Amino acid sequence: MLLKSLHVSRSEFEKGTGWQIKPEGACKGDTCIPLKDNPGEQVDIEQMAEDMNLPLVAETEYGIWALGPDSIGGRTLSTAEAPNLTLPDVDGNLFELSSLKGKKIVVYAWAPY
Amino acid sequence: MWQALREEFHAEGFELVTVGLDTLGAQACRPFIEAANPSHPSLIDQHHVMADLFGIVNIPEAVWINEEGMIVRPAEAAPPPPMDGAAPTLNPPAELPQHMMDIMGEAVKIQSDPAAYHHALKDWVEKGANSEYALDPETVIARSEPRDKDKALGHAHFEMASHLETEGQHDLAIKHFREAHRLVPESWTFRRQAWSLERVGDGPFARFWQGPSPDKDWPYEGDWLTDIRREGPENYYSTWKG
Repeated sequence: MLLKSLHVSRSEFEKGTGWQIKPEGACKGDTCIPLKDNPGEQVDIEQMAEDMNLPLVAETEYGIWALGPDSIGGRTLSTAEAPNLTLPDVDGNLFELSSLKGKKIVVYAWAPY
Repeated sequence: MWQALREEFHAEGFELVTVGLDTLGAQACRPFIEAANPSHPSLIDQHHVMADLFGIVNIPEAVWINEEGMIVRPAEAAPPPPMDGAAPTLNPPAELPQHMMDIMGEAVKIQSDPAAYHHALKDWVEKGANSEYALDPETVIARSEPRDKDKALGHAHFEMASHLETEGQHDLAIKHFREAHRLVPESWTFRRQAWSLERVGDGPFARFWQGPSPDKDWPYEGDWLTDIRREGPENYYSTWKG
């Protein structure tokens, strides 16, 4: 997740990471990670990174940070629940994978190089 | 080829979502998308969220998701559908640079099993959860790419690199791409994306060269030819497991 600030709104954090903040902590699928201080509307990225063991790369001169993915259980996936992949089409219109619920889906990655 | 498959299966409740992984985004993907003229969603993934979310490490790879939104096959090599009759022979232009000839020489040794993959896909489309090729959640998780904190850090470096590249910070992007390569050595997509940004010339091979050229310093540890020869073209794609 790319960041221009180390403090973001709760909803921005949830959309960017796929983790939901609940009373139990940060949750995804059946996994919940307890948080030192449950955030209110503002999330402290450095604290979250520490609590959730997420890597954080900084280019402070440019005011940008990259918060890396989780590594629960030593695998990419900690749940088989598909994330709500949200990406633009070639014209920039955002598409959400959840709009296809009820269909069998193959998500196919390619590249023009 | 995938488009024809999509048309065939669509009436049975199937949808194909193609995702172009390229820092250069829509502008680079557009000619390919327009040529395909898809009737399905065709998305642009500039910073490789597909790698973060699904563990994509090469292209083409695909993930299968069922009607309930559960992943039933994690990211794995997805060869094009086998074609009926003889495949068209590739007739390269008469004057291909030696480097591109060398690349093709390795590429023809790359292995995949399109018949097995597409037999499985058809089986799943027809039988759904009763298909032996639809995996249970524990198997899906266990088959997903290994990821420890170091690899996750590599992903963060990649995202930083890709973003910096779009901001015109090419040299700084290289620094972060190099870290991503070091930390996630199994990712061909992390390597090839970075290499493709070192264009060689302006011709059709500019982004496919993916290796050193005489006119400039090569800023990466590896390149496509060196890496595939070291790792073996037969190991380029994950093996079909069934």
